[in-house]
Amino acid sequence: MISIVRTYLTRLLPQLIALATIVAAVSIVFPGFLNLEIQNGRLYGSLIDILNRGAPVVLLAIGMTVVIATKGIDLSVGAVMAICGAVAASLITSGHSLGVTLLATLAVGVLCGVWNGILVAVLDIQPIIATLVLMVAGRGIAQLITEGAILTFNDAGLIFIGSGSFAGLPMPVVIWLLFGVLVALVVRRSALGMLIEAVGVNREASSLSGVLTPVLLIAAYVLSGLCAAIAGIIAAADIKGADANNAGLWLELDAILAVVVGGTSLLGGRFSIAASVLGAIIIQAINTGILLSGFPPEFNLIIKAAIIVFILVLQSPRFRTAFTFLSIPRAAGKPTEREAK
Amino acid sequence: MKFRKALASATILAACMFGSASAAELVVGFSQIGSESGWRAAETTLTKQQAEQRGIDLKFADAQQKQENQIKAIRSFIAQGVNAILLAPVVATGWDEVLQEAKDAEIPVILLDRTVDASKDLYLTAVTSDLVHEGNVAGKWLVDTVAGKPCNVVELQGTTGSSPAIDRKKGFEAALAGKDNLKIIRSQTGDFTRTKGKEVMESFLKAEDGGKNICALYAHNDDMAVGAIQAIKEAGLKPGKDILVVSIDAVPDIFQAMAAGEANATVELTPNMAGPAFDALAAYLKDGKEPPKWIQTESKLYTQADDPMKVYEEKKGLGY
Repeated sequence: MISIVRTYLTRLLPQLIALATIVAAVSIVFPGFLNLEIQNGRLYGSLIDILNRGAPVVLLAIGMTVVIATKGIDLSVGAVMAICGAVAASLITSGHSLGVTLLATLAVGVLCGVWNGILVAVLDIQPIIATLVLMVAGRGIAQLITEGAILTFNDAGLIFIGSGSFAGLPMPVVIWLLFGVLVALVVRRSALGMLIEAVGVNREASSLSGVLTPVLLIAAYVLSGLCAAIAGIIAAADIKGADANNAGLWLELDAILAVVVGGTSLLGGRFSIAASVLGAIIIQAINTGILLSGFPPEFNLIIKAAIIVFILVLQSPRFRTAFTFLSIPRAAGKPTEREAK
Repeated sequence: MKFRKALASATILAACMFGSASAAELVVGFSQIGSESGWRAAETTLTKQQAEQRGIDLKFADAQQKQENQIKAIRSFIAQGVNAILLAPVVATGWDEVLQEAKDAEIPVILLDRTVDASKDLYLTAVTSDLVHEGNVAGKWLVDTVAGKPCNVVELQGTTGSSPAIDRKKGFEAALAGKDNLKIIRSQTGDFTRTKGKEVMESFLKAEDGGKNICALYAHNDDMAVGAIQAIKEAGLKPGKDILVVSIDAVPDIFQAMAAGEANATVELTPNMAGPAFDALAAYLKDGKEPPKWIQTESKLYTQADDPMKVYEEKKGLGY
């Protein structure tokens, strides 16, 4: 048990250090950053804001991790968010019940995933091109559904998903926590995770050794579509409306960045969902930190880019080797991290 | 039955032909940018309405955000020999050649909503709003409303570097200049969207003592204000009372918020740019009277006293 925890900690160490550094830096600039209080029966504070605002990217990153582990990529998640938000809003405003709305919206997300999966797994189109199709077309589809306007709704149940709270936590946080744990358990407590990694490392060899590669690939894109559907529902419920032009705009890039910050290689193979979730939270911590610090908005993107570069450098193999080399005198006798693996 | 149907459709067809024949005295081509926002859709709807009211035959071309489509549309309008061309230019540069072609064909061109970097004699006039003035109207309302009481203002800017964001900020600051009771304490970009407006407002509230330190919010567009209003409510404060909300654009949803007492004022960016354009055109064609090179549309201020629900109903059908 201890050894498992230790393996996890070693794997997540760079991300945890990065997150702690950012939180520490922001709380120096803005002292009230770590304050937490109970307000209206839920926790209230900047830290909760990070978890809450990060929900869409966290969810997208969960699906994206699995897709990237198969040596794929899913550029369509932002557009699928917009489609699903639009579907949810138009169903609920045309008088369908909450259950029907949610099920239909999730089904649309799954359908988008099946489309991507078939293009990649059956027709053998490169993932970046295959998912680019839906990325471009998807926003158009969403605009068709909302007829170009922001479709607002007032259904208390749907709004609850965006701004309600459960057990003191905002609903979006509860949803991504539960969903993340569920996916991680399914993937890691079965052979699925290993099979996904196998496909990512060498698709042909996996097929030859009896792995149902096409099914696995389609399943990965379906998971990504499902994640995007949940994220789309949360984003729409949050502002009580579906904004086809802006919902999920550029979030596919944030999701990919979250996976990369989480240390999963874009070349496929080994992956960690927990690390990607941490990556997404790191990105959101940077965003929220910048907003709180009161810098002029012209600096937002530069600050964000600088921090990201710093984190990526920390993770680069060269830097790690150099760091290990420097720390040898202190850690003499103990096996270094690399040897322990 | 079939015969009656055929007869009916023939009558309609004849009516259409007759109708277009009588209106054929004025044919106007309209090259629209696309339908990227609700406001743009409303502009298209209103332009069509205005043309219909005046018996003008409007030829509509949607450029889908591409300049080459607009240039193609203008060339085809010239080939068709229209009486005038309305152009909402997607970018500012690269219009000299095609505008010269229109000039050579003696077809007046009127710019709608945006201007171009071209010699002023290449077009008849430009009908646009004054972005700086809009910010100024919003600022003046706030100055008059707080009436000398100290007030900390937070500002939600538009997309960094966009001209509405720069000019609406400039106009607002100009209105506040010299009023020491009003101070802009925080200013961040909300990218003109509801989601970002809500997220940024949440951080403003956290940063300013749970919002107790904020007396007013100025948003560069209504959508960000709508998002911010939700953030204020979720923080346990009353938007419109604890924090005054003033924004720009006058889209339908902000009137709902005003009717509920959650927003205080909005400055209209009118989608009716075609009305003044057609008026100027009629005067020009009638007795050759050249309009001024710039026709400024009205930046009307709406407050809770202006029966917001009625305005909402009027605006709802325009395609916002």
